[in-house]
Parts: sequence; structure tokens; C-alpha cells
Amino acid sequence: MAGALRKTFVGNLGVNNPVFVQVLGICSTLAVTNMLRNTAVMCLGLVFTTSLSNVTVSALRRWIPPRVRMMVEVLIIAAYVMVVDVALRAFAPEISRQLGPYVGLIITNCIVMGRTEAFALSHAPLVSLVDGLSAGLGYSYVLLAIAVARELLGAGSLWGVRLLGDWWVNWAIMVMAPGAFFALALFIWPINTQWLSRRASAPAAGPERKP
Amino acid sequence: MNPQLGWLTVLFAAVFTNNILLTNYLGMCSFLAVSREVKTSLGLGAAVVFVMTATSVLNWIVYYRLLVPLHMEAFRFIVFIIVIAAFVQVVELVIERVSETLYAALGIFLPLITVNCAILGVSLFMVIRQYTLAQAFGYGLGSGLGWLAAILAMAGIRQKMAARSRVPRGLEGAGITLIVAGIMALAFMGFNGMVNLN
Repeated sequence: MAGALRKTFVGNLGVNNPVFVQVLGICSTLAVTNMLRNTAVMCLGLVFTTSLSNVTVSALRRWIPPRVRMMVEVLIIAAYVMVVDVALRAFAPEISRQLGPYVGLIITNCIVMGRTEAFALSHAPLVSLVDGLSAGLGYSYVLLAIAVARELLGAGSLWGVRLLGDWWVNWAIMVMAPGAFFALALFIWPINTQWLSRRASAPAAGPERKP
Repeated sequence: MNPQLGWLTVLFAAVFTNNILLTNYLGMCSFLAVSREVKTSLGLGAAVVFVMTATSVLNWIVYYRLLVPLHMEAFRFIVFIIVIAAFVQVVELVIERVSETLYAALGIFLPLITVNCAILGVSLFMVIRQYTLAQAFGYGLGSGLGWLAAILAMAGIRQKMAARSRVPRGLEGAGITLIVAGIMALAFMGFNGMVNLN
């Protein structure tokens, strides 16, 4: 049991990482990563939502009719996102305003849906919790890494604190839309190359892809 | 946000200066997965245009006529997603009854659309920017058309690329698509300043 938990956890951080390997949920990856602080808040919200919606779906899995399961999953996720949104408005109104619609868009983030659909429906609550938590964390560290690169290059600062001196000329493109696309592609590239060469030597099952 | 903007202006802005895909990054998942061929892209794009326009208007009515008077704005996520899912279901049923060919062309894309973040995103932006009903219509239609334009362009580029160019192995699939999307976003930045929605 402990072995299965560990395998799930490590797998979601590495070989099954939702962003790199499955290229899921990247809408928000791109949108919120121009500032590290907003990214961190977004990640917290996402980890909270994936973990708890996985547990809930898993606990209810025997009672969810297969035909309407997607709808049930979406509603469970939406309920948790509502909690995140209300909490943000109450405790961090400024960040909530900057994140705009992207907190609400956690609902349609393919990672959350994907985990409930692919994992929670067929596993017990505890292991689903670990799966949700690790998928959320695997997503978060990629997001945070991209945010560090974008904010540092694009604004010369981290967490809103200016780090680079006057000699640094901001790469304004990095905090704008095209920079996000380029940054993610450049992050995916080496990791995919590495992963592909490893997979070529030891053929394994391909990643599950969900559009 | 800006009450004097006509719905046509909002529509124009949503296609060019504030393209939902290239400036707000919404609908990326299906964009990456489906943009391999022009024909399927056109099918999905058409379905998105239709559903986006209709749900934007429906959600406007539900939000301002139902949720605001009842002070239940916090429930908008759940209500919006139910409206979208229900609408998609109804459309699926109607299309299935009315036209075989249309169902064959659009049917498989409709279930995907419920979880397309661009659809929900349009409804959420509409609330944040405080659009009027006419502006919400223009924004929904424009965003749909903008998304369609982006995915069609991308599918055309990817078809050419698959035939002619040698992409590094690690960049195949999602990687190169992101880079091309980045270049397209750069090109669309040329429209900046014509109209401003933010």
C-alpha cells in the first residue's frame, strides 16, 4: 500500500508530470506565470482543488452513474473552486483581481478533470488524495519555474522585488503573451528529449492524452 | 467596462487585439490536440463559435437577471458550467435529429466543448468587464471567430510543417505548436492599440 502511494506520488512529479508529459492544463500555465506571487497563489488553489475533488469523486464513485459522471465531476470541482475564489476575495482581494477569470478557470483545467476521470473513479480515497496532491504539486513546480524565468527576464524582479540592477534591460516580451508560449516550449524541449531517449531504451506504455 | 463601445467594436477587438487564444491563452488544450488537420479544426472551430456566442448571451441573462437580484454572484462558476453543459447537450440532441451530416461533422466535438476553458472564460470575462447584453453577444461571437481563425491558421501551418520540415524530436507535437503559437501571438501584437478592451 505504501509502495503504491509512493509510486503514484513520484510518478506524478516525474514521468507522468501533467504539464510536460501530458501537456495538460497549460491555459493557466501561460496566463498567470508572468508574476511569481500570482503563480504561487494559483498553484495553492489548484493543489487544494485537485486533492479534494479527487477524494470526493473517489468516495462517491460507487454512486455516480456512468452516463453523467463528467457532469458530477465538474460540479464537485466547481464547488471547491468556489471556495477558493471566495477565500481569495476575502483575504487577498488584490491578487484575486489580478488573477481575474483564471481562478474560475481551474474548473475547466484539464488536469483536475483528468485526474478525477482517469484516477479517482477507479481508486480508493486515500490513494486518490495522494494522486491529486502530487499531480497538483507536479503542475505547481513547473509553473513556479516558468514564472521565475519570466518574471526575472521580463521585469528583472522576483515576487515583486527588484533583483537585477540598473544594467538590466527588461525583456518586455517575456511578460507578454508570446513570451509565455516560447518559455513553455523551451521548458518542454530538453525534458522531452531526455524522456524520449530514455523511453527509446526502455519502451513503456505511452502517456495518456486527453484533449 | 466601457459602455460606449458598440458590439461590433467589441467583436473586432475580440478577434484581433484581444484574441482569446493568443492573448488570454484559453482553449489551449483542444488547440494543441486538434490542430493537426484543417478539416477537423474547422469542425471544432465552428462548434466553438456557435456555443460561445450562445452561452455568452445565456450566461449574461442568467447572471444579471437571476444571480445578481438574488445576491448569489459567488455561485456563478457552478451556474455557468451547468448552463454551458446543458446547452451543449441540447444542441447535440437537436443536431442529431435535424441533420445527419451536421451531426457527423460536429457531433464528436460537442462533448469536448463543455470542458473547453475558452467557453467558460468568455462568460467570466464578460462579468469582470461588465459588458452590456449587446457587448456580451459581440464578445462571444468575436472570441469564437478569433479562436477559429487561430486554430485554422495553426492547422494550415502544421500540415505544411509535417510535410516539409524537420522538427527536433523533443519539440515534436506540443513543443513546436507552442513556438508557432508564440510567433502568431507576436504577429497579432501588431494589432495592439487599435481598440483596447482591458
